[in-house]
Formats: sequence, structure tokens, C-alpha cells
Amino acid sequence: MAFRNCWVLHSMSAAISIKKISKNYGALQALDDVSLEIQQGEFFGLLGPNGAGKTTLISILAGLVTADKGHASIMGADVQSHFRDARRSLGVVPQELVFDPFFTVRETLQFQSGYFGIQNNDAWIDEIMANLDLTSKADSNMRSLSGGMKRRVLVAQALVHRPPVIILDEPTAGVDVELRQSLWQFISRLNQDGHTIVLTTHYLEEAEALCQRIAMLKQGKIVALDTTANLLSRYGSVKKDGEGKTDLEDVFVNIMSGNAL
Amino acid sequence: MKNPPLQYGSGFPTLLRKEVKRFYKVGFQTVAAPVLTAVLYLMIFGHVLEGREMYGRFSYTAFLIPGLVMMSLLQNAFANTSSSLIQSKVTGNLVFVLLAPLSHVEFYAAYILAAVFRGVVVGLGVFLITAWISPPALEYPLWILTFAFLGAAILGSLGLIAGIWADKYDQLAAFQNFIIMPATMLSGVFYSIHSLPPAWQVVSHFNPFFYMIDGFRYGFFGVSDISPWSSLAIVLCFFVVVSAIALRMLQTGYKLRH
Repeated sequence: MAFRNCWVLHSMSAAISIKKISKNYGALQALDDVSLEIQQGEFFGLLGPNGAGKTTLISILAGLVTADKGHASIMGADVQSHFRDARRSLGVVPQELVFDPFFTVRETLQFQSGYFGIQNNDAWIDEIMANLDLTSKADSNMRSLSGGMKRRVLVAQALVHRPPVIILDEPTAGVDVELRQSLWQFISRLNQDGHTIVLTTHYLEEAEALCQRIAMLKQGKIVALDTTANLLSRYGSVKKDGEGKTDLEDVFVNIMSGNAL
Repeated sequence: MKNPPLQYGSGFPTLLRKEVKRFYKVGFQTVAAPVLTAVLYLMIFGHVLEGREMYGRFSYTAFLIPGLVMMSLLQNAFANTSSSLIQSKVTGNLVFVLLAPLSHVEFYAAYILAAVFRGVVVGLGVFLITAWISPPALEYPLWILTFAFLGAAILGSLGLIAGIWADKYDQLAAFQNFIIMPATMLSGVFYSIHSLPPAWQVVSHFNPFFYMIDGFRYGFFGVSDISPWSSLAIVLCFFVVVSAIALRMLQTGYKLRH
């Protein structure tokens, strides 16, 4: 499966650049002066408790939410002023299990490809479906699929225009162990093939195993940003389990409770 | 497998195709049902009011047919955009369109042309079924097509505005039942406004739907309550206003992008 594509020709701009982004919803400050750069080819984790601002930040990158202040770009393209280039470079797997009940899996993917202005994309769609074990469901209506299958279609929709940057917003929430493992194998392969992956999850052992670098958000601010190894060595020693082995959950709890700051 | 470099075009044709396919898949509900409703109107009102002459020389049934065709066309154009948007918003799948590199103009054009298409398909269905009951005159086909297109585009735009504005199905139903339905029914579908008391004639002139129906009917009979050129000017102005509002809502992301 050859995912590596034309984006290797892009200049070596950051995959994602976020500069001084702030966003308020009335009195609630969802994001407060957030700056962050994610390099091409990284597997990056964006962690935080519910309401920390992760989904707002993702929505700003996807153009679903407009920031009050600051700028964001995908592969060098500003998400507002150059929205076409930015959105072509980005695939988003939304958190909610949403689907269009009128169409089959194949129609859903063909439409999604067409929205990006890509016609005659059936060979690629077949390849994505094969990799996500969706081929047997290609002509099934979306309504008839199980939750896990719908989740796979969401991943397929995010890949249909071959984006160099993929954001997965809690992709394994409510997903059984088998699907979770096959999904991570697939996503890891995408990363090895050159895709930049940004992941939000509440399953911290997954983030620890997969992510090279992690940012932690709390109340709209980045409170930690480092490689996974450095976070474990710097903050993990505050609390250890019975065998003396630190994990990301310890790190997360310490950082969020303020013990490590 | 080697993947060739991607060639990007516009997402507009696909969004248009999707919107057409959406109503085509439930054609019994979106096309056959409104055609049946219009035929029932014709049978009941045509029977009750048979013997009346309109414009001094046309049977009431012949007069009623263009009105019913236009009424069905307008209501279904509205239903197409409004139901598609509210369903996509409530179920959340509108996000797939919002994530795509579509401009607000492409979004607008796709939804409105799909609404025009459904409106015309339903209108044509009503016309073909009722034509054998009372073969209609077709004096000026170009006027018919012009008012059909503009009327459907206006109602498609109003449906888009209502679909974006409404957060719940009952809000959309209120828009449809308290604004669109009365404005359509009281626009001269079933009567010539010259048969109304003077005060109601004045009120009718403030209803933009009246000009759509009257201009459309002129294309069939070569006779209308007011000049078709006046109707065209007013309908065009109304089209520009509702299109500008719809485009502005899409451009600013009102209730779509926060």
C-alpha cells in the first residue's frame, strides 16, 4: 500500500503550525494563547481532560471553528486564507459516530472524494476499504453497519483524498479491543509511510505506545509539551506503581494535578 | 500499487449529485406524494368550482393547473434544501461537507440547483398528470421556464436559510407552516386576485409568491393579473435578496462554523 505521495514535494514546512490561538465561547475561554508546531512525519499526541480544548483546537485546524486570535496552518497553508490547500492536506476522523443514512459505504467514500474535487478515485477507495476490512460491506447501507464498522468508514473518509496530515479525535472511544488493535496497526503503517498523525485519546497506554511527542492541554492552555520519553523521565518519577515502573497515566495525573509543575 | 498524482477539481458537481441522489432515493416520498396531492386538489376544486370562467374565457380547471404546478414546484424546492440541511445538522453528517475545500458559492450553487431540479421534476409530474384532464395552453414557454427556475431558486434559497437557522425540526416546521405555506396558498394559486375585495388585493401585492404564480400563469394563457415584466422585476429582486442572505450566512458560517 503506497501512501507516500505528492506531499513529499512540499517544502519542509511544519505539518501543523499553531500560533497564539485563543478562542472564547461567551465567558468560557476554550483556548488561551496556544502555540504549537508539529513536524512532518510525527506521531503526535494531544491529551487532556474533557473540556481542556482539544476538540476546539482540532476544529480550528479543520476550519469548523474560527479562532478569535492567532493563526493556524496545515503544511504551510493558512486554515482561513488558504482554506482549500489547508483542507486538502488534512484528514479528520471526528469524535462523533456520524454518517449519512441515505448511502452505502462505497457511495459515502465516492462522495467524500468528490467533495475534494477528486473524480475517478475508485482504485484508491477499493484499496482503503481492503485495508480497513470494509470490502465486504462496500454496498451495505451505512445504517446497517455496526458501530465498529461505522468507525472504520470514518477513518476511510478521512483518507479518501490522501491527506499528508491526519487528525484522529478519540478514534477508539467505544471500540472493542480487536478493532482497536487493527486500527492502531493501520494508523502506525500510515505514519511509517510518511503521514503525520495527531491523536487525541483518553486511553493513555495507547498514546504512550504510539506517540513520539505529546502535548497536554488543561483549561485551554498547554501545560506540557515534550517527547513521550522525556515526559516519562521528567514527570513519571513523582509517582510510581508497585514495580517501580512509570507510565503515562502517572505523568498525566501529576501534570494535571499540578504536582509536577 | 502506485498512486498517480492527484488532480483536484471543484467539489461542486459531487455535492450537486449527492443532493439530487438524496431525494431520488426516496422518490416515492419526494416526487410521487406531492404529485398525488396536487392531483387531489385539482379533482376536488375542479369539481366544486366547475362552470366558473376565469379571465372571461378559460375554465376553472384550466386556470388551476398552472397554479398547482407552480405551488408544487415551490414547496418542493423549499423542502429539498431545508430537509437536507436540518437532517445533516441534526445527525451531524454535515461535517463531511464542511471539512471539504468547498467555497460558500459552491455550497450554495449545489444546494440551490438540486432544489430547482426537484421542484421542476415535481412540477413536471403534476403538469403531465393533469394535462390530460384539461389540455393546457402554452402561449409563452420561455416565461414558464423563467418563472419556474426563479421560483424554485428563491424557494431553494429560503429553504437553505431556514435549514441553517433552525436547530430543531419543529422550528423548521414552524417556518414552513406559518410562512411558506400561507404565502403560497394565498398567492393566487386558486383564484385571480381581481376576485378579491380591494383591501385583500392590496395585501396580495405584498406577497412575493403572488408574482411568481402570476408570471408563471402568464406563460400558459398570455393573460395575467399584472404585467409579466413587473412580476419578473419583482421576482428577480426577491431572488437577489434571498440569495444574498443565504450566501452571507454560508460565508460567515452562521450556525455552521462557530
